[in-house]
Amino acid sequence: MVKQWFKSGSPWIWMTGGAVSISLISVLGILAMIAWKGLSFFWPSEVVQFELEGSIAKQTVIGEVYDRELVPKERLAATGVDVSAFNKDEFERLLIKTGNREYVDLDFRWILETDIKSKSTPAQLAVFERSKNGNFYGYVENVFKEGQPVQGDKVEALYELVERAVELNDEALDLQNGDIGHINYELERLRLKEKSYLLDNELTDERVAELAQMRAKLRAQYAELEKTLFELRKRAKRDHVTVKDMRGEIVTIPMYQVLDVWFPNNMGFFAKLGHYFVQLGKFVSDDPREANTEGGVFPAIFGTVFMVMLMAVIVTPFGVIAAIYLHEYAAKNAVTKMIRIAVINLAGVPSIVYGVFGLGFFVYMLGGSLDQLFYPEASPTPVFGTPGVMWSALTLAILTLPVVIVSTEEGLSRIPSTVRDGSLALGATKVETLWRIVVPMASPAIMTGLILAVARAAGEVAPLMLVGVVKMAPTLPLDGNFPYFHLDRKFMHLGFHIYDVGFQSPNVEAARPLVYATAFLLVSVIITLNITAIGIRNHLREKFRSLEH
Amino acid sequence: MTSNPNKPSFNTDRSRLFKDRFAKFGITAGGVMVLVALLLIFFYLLYVVQPIFESVKVEKRASFAVANADQVVGLGVEEQTEVAFLLSQQGTIDFYNVEKAHFGEKLETLDLALPSNVSSFATSAPFQGQYAYGLENGTVMVVAPKFLVTFPNNERKLTPRVGYPLGEMALKVDEEGAAIKRFAFSHYEDKTAVVALTADKRVLFSSFVAEENMFTGEVEWVVERTELDIDGRVDELLISPDTTRTFIRSANQIYVYDTRYPDNVEQIQLLSANEENANIVSAQLLAGANSLMLANDNGEVSQWFEVNTDAGREYKKIRSFETSKQKKLNIFTEFYRRTFFTTSSNGELGIYYTTSEAKLWQGKVSEGAIKNFAIAPRSNAAVILADNKLTVLEVHNEHPEVTWSALWQEVWYEGYPEPGYIWQSTSASDDFESKFSLVPISFGTIKAAFYAMLFAVPIALSSAIYTAYFMSSGLRKVVKPTVEIMEALPTVILGFLAGLWLAPLIEVHLPAIVGLLVLLPLGILASALAWTKLPASIRHKIPEGSHSIILIPVVLFIGWFSFAISGSIELWLFDGNVRQYLTNELGMTFDQRNSLVVGIAMGFAVIPTIFSIAEDAVFSVPKHLSNGSLALGATQWQTLVRVVLLTASPGIFSAVMMGLGRAVGETMIVLMATGNTPIMDWSIFQGMRTLAANIAVEMPESEVGSSHYRILFLAAFVLFIFTFIFNTIAEFVRQQLRDKYSSM
Repeated sequence: MVKQWFKSGSPWIWMTGGAVSISLISVLGILAMIAWKGLSFFWPSEVVQFELEGSIAKQTVIGEVYDRELVPKERLAATGVDVSAFNKDEFERLLIKTGNREYVDLDFRWILETDIKSKSTPAQLAVFERSKNGNFYGYVENVFKEGQPVQGDKVEALYELVERAVELNDEALDLQNGDIGHINYELERLRLKEKSYLLDNELTDERVAELAQMRAKLRAQYAELEKTLFELRKRAKRDHVTVKDMRGEIVTIPMYQVLDVWFPNNMGFFAKLGHYFVQLGKFVSDDPREANTEGGVFPAIFGTVFMVMLMAVIVTPFGVIAAIYLHEYAAKNAVTKMIRIAVINLAGVPSIVYGVFGLGFFVYMLGGSLDQLFYPEASPTPVFGTPGVMWSALTLAILTLPVVIVSTEEGLSRIPSTVRDGSLALGATKVETLWRIVVPMASPAIMTGLILAVARAAGEVAPLMLVGVVKMAPTLPLDGNFPYFHLDRKFMHLGFHIYDVGFQSPNVEAARPLVYATAFLLVSVIITLNITAIGIRNHLREKFRSLEH
Repeated sequence: MTSNPNKPSFNTDRSRLFKDRFAKFGITAGGVMVLVALLLIFFYLLYVVQPIFESVKVEKRASFAVANADQVVGLGVEEQTEVAFLLSQQGTIDFYNVEKAHFGEKLETLDLALPSNVSSFATSAPFQGQYAYGLENGTVMVVAPKFLVTFPNNERKLTPRVGYPLGEMALKVDEEGAAIKRFAFSHYEDKTAVVALTADKRVLFSSFVAEENMFTGEVEWVVERTELDIDGRVDELLISPDTTRTFIRSANQIYVYDTRYPDNVEQIQLLSANEENANIVSAQLLAGANSLMLANDNGEVSQWFEVNTDAGREYKKIRSFETSKQKKLNIFTEFYRRTFFTTSSNGELGIYYTTSEAKLWQGKVSEGAIKNFAIAPRSNAAVILADNKLTVLEVHNEHPEVTWSALWQEVWYEGYPEPGYIWQSTSASDDFESKFSLVPISFGTIKAAFYAMLFAVPIALSSAIYTAYFMSSGLRKVVKPTVEIMEALPTVILGFLAGLWLAPLIEVHLPAIVGLLVLLPLGILASALAWTKLPASIRHKIPEGSHSIILIPVVLFIGWFSFAISGSIELWLFDGNVRQYLTNELGMTFDQRNSLVVGIAMGFAVIPTIFSIAEDAVFSVPKHLSNGSLALGATQWQTLVRVVLLTASPGIFSAVMMGLGRAVGETMIVLMATGNTPIMDWSIFQGMRTLAANIAVEMPESEVGSSHYRILFLAAFVLFIFTFIFNTIAEFVRQQLRDKYSSM
């Protein structure tokens, strides 16, 4: 019977069905995992106090439980842990994030479940998010305002003082990046202006004096702003808080280093939910800290969006014109067919090849020539002769050109010829037919192509590594300094951020949740774009199907 | 369009016509421009790559007559090739302008004011730029021509000077004061070594270390002298620039001394180095000073360097070059690269590159014998002294190390025990020789693609077949876009998951992965069999074509089960540690980021590509074909295998080709999921470096226009051509198939 069953081919159908199940599970599994790991990071997990004794000396460990795993006895024994007292084959161990980076060797440590004598979650345990050295866990001892311990409700006072310090820090940062950054920018422009006069032999005494005067004015402004800045910083340094850490020692944390403080064990569900969204908000709106391993990803989001929009502006007209040419004007012969195949194939050429082309042709050749022609005063510092956001957008525009062309052509070919013939028969010229009838009807297809192009561009990293992306850009490509768009600047990118933080950062363990969160952000953007494109395409197909009948 | 006199809007018609023409012209121009821009990628890559395969060119700039040419002992040329200088037997240096505009104008003559008569002359290794006179009173004077650069009136001006790197006092080489007949020297960091043959036939090795007297501030020489024992005559003396090796040629014998420690000079080898039926006529050290070049009187030049043998490190003959059949050959070397030049008595110049075994150029550059030769620091020009004339030659030799054979064949590099395929592009050291073999990285590319396809093809094709042929249409509408959405997933995310999540997971649960391979098919079969045993009433409730939904819990359970028993299997079969077992028992190295990880991760990246195209191909097989087959009594499976797949096979082929194209060019996954070491090993537990990842790693650091830069462009070009051809074949097959279907 089994033999006959095999002969019927039915088991093979099941096998192919199994392959579909595997594909589905892996697709959905990967997406679900990224979403879970990315989103759960912001949830304020409880902080546990462990009393340990056994294979290690008696001690207290305070931290968040990060991970747990089962280890066979042999492997534990191989790492030098004495496990002879237990009659178990496998031991569970917990990965604890202990924070307090400057006081312990490692801010992540494994503890054996058998060593745990007791564990508790005291409500008074506080988590300090700091601008340096990561989180700090401990019990608030005393809050000092202007050097004097605060009387009354310490926690309330702590919240208040932290808020004040954060506000002052923000103010100082705004001043530094805004007005002071502006003055530095102007000073640099003056330097270049002087050099350019010198190069043209037009540096008259009059001009020297004028430049000196402007410089003096800027410096005076600078001195004033600097004074304000120092004042702000001094004010921010006023308060501090003392905290008892897991070693039982009292540690002083200056208030200006504290970004946020919370008591996770004392929070209800809604308090946690509120905290969750605040953290999520900070993640998308803050600058990164500590070599990108903490803080937010705002510059990366901004860089990605800016570059992709620039690319869309470049690729749309060219792609649409090329598609219209191929479909409406080019002769219907073998050459056109070959060109069409070639264009489709270009979409399959590895993206790194486009990166190499972009680096050689755009950056070194075009950019180098631009520098020689228009920016001789900046030499030897390159302006456009170095990777930057404009070259990245151009490179990705070439990379996504086939996508737009193919999609637009498909849209054009879906428009029934009766529509075109009708328009021509009524006396319209070809361009009028195109402009008034065909292109508007094909516009959803163009839109689809554009969305697909944007989705592809947003996820590409390999070519960008050659033509403009950096791990840490000090300034955004768009700011308040004339000419506002700085297309020569380097930029940060979500995809590269994932690569950089996940693989190049010194503390991968600490950065991992952040990478998952970034990955989730990127994936959700790209999948949303794709689903939109698919939706538009399906809608379009339905629409023209009804037109044909 | 004909004009109609009755129509009032005649002008508008003309302007409309004009607009139409204009738009046609504009769109055509724009369209063609875009297509040309795409074509530009191909030509630009080719344009950058092309110089590495250009042959060497030597052109004469000009020459001028030199008075007392027979008195010239040494010559050289400055970095910008604007000034050449000649050192004479009398201890003077003549500087000549050799720029095109002022060619042959004498700039200056500087007298070195030597304390005694000159008895011999020697030059340092080219990159050191030093010359030395051996004097009759047993001393040696080291000089270095220098140029002071000034910019009067915004013009570059070179003023010749003479530097004395060891001070203006001559070094006392022979304490007995005998004349120096021959010698070689090197001044390296704070050490100076001289090996000399005196008039009374003694061979002396002396080392000088400068020490400042603490009280007077005067420099004193700490000298160590050793007399070397040589039988027979001494023809040539050589000393490596770092002073660690000294070579003495006595006819066809080469004495090799270890002179690292001046107080303990040891003879380490005696070579009989002549070619068969030939005698050695001259010897020279190659740049980097690891190789000894020996010229024979039958025109052969042989290269020797130290390799590890059973008897320790020994000088061995590596390769030889057939040069012009001239008896009196002289060898000259470049500053940093492994190029060497031969000059002969009939005025022939030969240019060779040792490592790539390439003869780069050969030709006659003068009527008579070439008496002396010097290469410019940037290797872009050479000066020769022949026929009593000084001639400047322009040498175009930018990429001598790159030849087609060096890129693709085994090359024996200095210091390596045997020839091999090696990719090692940069190093901290200055005289490091880059090793550009594309074989290991091409191998890595193929290996990565192979493992990815091994994983992806079965799953993708099976899924495609099921989705297109068996699945209910409602389910298909959901499943197909779900799998296809994977294609949009940025590869950086797949790479990140592979490197930071999958790699450690596989490392810990290796038996689970192997278990999955076995248990999944078995489990699916078992549940299929169990399904047939279920009562018909339950079976009929589930609609036809939803096997995969039924199987999802099964697959999940098997996955969980494999991981759950992984630890026990490890304990039971491999003493609790598979990796150790692999290393100790099977002798396999286990990298955490290995081909298995890459295979799975990149497999996931190509599954949607293959799935989507194959599914389209199977789905668009005309229904009347399969209906006919079913009506004739074939089962579903028979119809699928004999009719549907056969018809769709070109489409499936093109799907696999597209997938392969994607796997070959994938960068981020390989970059993040392997260790990126360029090794050649098929082992699934080791990593690799692929062409694409190699470009991503090295491109930002490579110097524009260097051989390295161009070779990376070549790698990109190879990728481009490779994927383009694959895709074109696939696309062509697909279009043929579409035509076939529409005619059915």
